[in-house]
Amino acid sequence: MEYDKAVAPRSEPAKLRLVPGLQLRGVSKSFKSTAVLDAVDLDVGSTEFIAFLGPSGSGKTTLLRIIAGLETADSGEVILDERRIDLAAPGDRNVAMVFQSYALYPHMTVRENMAFGLRNAGVGKAEIETLIADAARVLEIEALLDRRPAQLSGGQRQRVAIGRAIVKKPRLFLLDEPLSNLDAALRLRTRVELAQLRTRVEAGVIMVTHDQAEAMTLADRIVVFNDRRIQQVAAPMEIYLRPANKFVAQFVGSPAMTILPARLADGGEHAAVTLGCGARVETRVPRADLPAASALEIGLRPEHVRVSESGEGPEAQVLLVERLGERSLVYGQLSDGGLITAEDKGTSSLKAGDRVALAIDGASAHLFGPDGRGFHGREA
Amino acid sequence: MKGSATRRDPGLAFVAPFLLVYVLVLILPMIHGVWLSLHIVDIWGDGHFAGIANYARLAADPVFAQSLGNTFLVTLMIVPLLMIIALGLGLALNRATRGAAVLRGIFFSSAVLSVTIVTLIWRFILAPDAGLLGELAQAAGFEPLPFLSSPELALWALAITTIWWSIGLPMLLFLAGLQQVPGDLYEAAALDRASRWRTFVSITLPSLKRTTILVVMLQTAAQLQLFGQAQLLTAGGPSGASRTVVLFMNEVAFGRWELGYAQAAAEVLFVIILAVTLTQYWLTGRAGEGEHGR
Repeated sequence: MEYDKAVAPRSEPAKLRLVPGLQLRGVSKSFKSTAVLDAVDLDVGSTEFIAFLGPSGSGKTTLLRIIAGLETADSGEVILDERRIDLAAPGDRNVAMVFQSYALYPHMTVRENMAFGLRNAGVGKAEIETLIADAARVLEIEALLDRRPAQLSGGQRQRVAIGRAIVKKPRLFLLDEPLSNLDAALRLRTRVELAQLRTRVEAGVIMVTHDQAEAMTLADRIVVFNDRRIQQVAAPMEIYLRPANKFVAQFVGSPAMTILPARLADGGEHAAVTLGCGARVETRVPRADLPAASALEIGLRPEHVRVSESGEGPEAQVLLVERLGERSLVYGQLSDGGLITAEDKGTSSLKAGDRVALAIDGASAHLFGPDGRGFHGREA
Repeated sequence: MKGSATRRDPGLAFVAPFLLVYVLVLILPMIHGVWLSLHIVDIWGDGHFAGIANYARLAADPVFAQSLGNTFLVTLMIVPLLMIIALGLGLALNRATRGAAVLRGIFFSSAVLSVTIVTLIWRFILAPDAGLLGELAQAAGFEPLPFLSSPELALWALAITTIWWSIGLPMLLFLAGLQQVPGDLYEAAALDRASRWRTFVSITLPSLKRTTILVVMLQTAAQLQLFGQAQLLTAGGPSGASRTVVLFMNEVAFGRWELGYAQAAAEVLFVIILAVTLTQYWLTGRAGEGEHGR
């Protein structure tokens, strides 16, 4: 492509180090007057499994479609394996996509579905046969090759859609909500299969999902989207333990983290805060990290707030108890009206209206500055 | 069971008005038609039973044979061309722009005209001496083609007029068919490096298969009954070159008042249309198996 030569000298060598894998540089997109993506930068390793996680309308699917070439970015660059691809046709980008609806060609057999892209690329007949046979064996769909999509179950269609992507041997797989059309049991099984799949292919994978369990279990790194921007890019546990901001903290984790207003109190090296109800919480967040403002917010995951056996600690009125078997979730209201989620043992006898004392594990607490930025204990 | 019997009676009462009309205006005339075709009868007398005499006469009638041939020929001219043009229009106008919406309306508008107006318009265009086509041909330095007076061209005149008149419905059916093709199939094809032509042949056309079958069957059945254009544009002429079966029936029944004979021709046409459409249904139905859903 003439394009490659034209672009290489234009990019700034100091800022833009070209390495294998995918790089996004300042990708922006609006539909009419609605901005969907705002100057997104991202680096994906050449064999990395990345999950795009975010609520509906956060721009994650649009970004996937920009990488695939199904949408055109208003500005910015998409670079795959040291080649700028954002102006190339979708078929010339070395990417393969698995659609949410699978988008199998209904009038073609499974074999023809998988061969279609290869034939268009001019791959020889014998090689096509080999590629299809290999993929069919890996995905255990050999018996289905001569059937049409209408004769397949949801899970089988899903495998065929993956097979159609695999045979193209792309440098990057793009999966758009791949598990959302499957029932719960099948979804778990397919999740395991997707995890196995990535060990077999020498390519990067980007999966769009709004299911945090999928993202947590499958991805090497999670990219959390909200409000047109990337909120955080990090390994799953890092996202869980050290959320970059209040949005990530509340979006990841189920049930959501409790966020309460807190005032910075006097104390030593680590910050201590006072809650609205008067309770004092000793955190492990270094005081030196925090901004000057004294009005902060504290973030408490349900597993770090327990119903106190001894009866000591801030008091709350129980609003609702959810019994999950191995544990119970207690939704309560503090004396100042703040809502808090706590955990109790599975055999909890609490009921709505009871008054309980809560034991807050300050060492695991997160603090958020006035701008929403997260601060965490160093060793947490 | 007693319960279901009492439930059925009021149900019957609800469908009875329809059934009554259906039997009176459709079933009885159909049976009466068969009865009529077996009699030598005019509208003044009772006539008499003649067995298959009318059918035997039809088989030996060169005028009927010619009109049957004309009918097949004009159907073969119209249906494929109509399909291609309607599909082309559907593809061109399958977009959500204001211009496309206006053009859809314009192309469909001919369908609401009556046959008298349609043939009047096309007389103005096709008339060799003062018609639009003639003037254009002369301006370009060609001899104008005598569409309405040449035995070779009269059927083409019928075909062109009919295509112009009936393009609207097939175009709409193709548009509806196109809008049912899921957009992600085209996106998948783009990622599969399919060229525009390959996408059309491998995605669009197979997706329109059901629509195409429907349009072919509807149009074949309709064009085998072509009548008004032939009567008003050419009156079946010159020398029967554009006489269709229905025009033949019309002439026999209301020109010569031979009702039994005309009815026999009608029964023959009925059987032909039934056979042709059933054959199409059977042929395409078997090929289209396993295409429900995706």
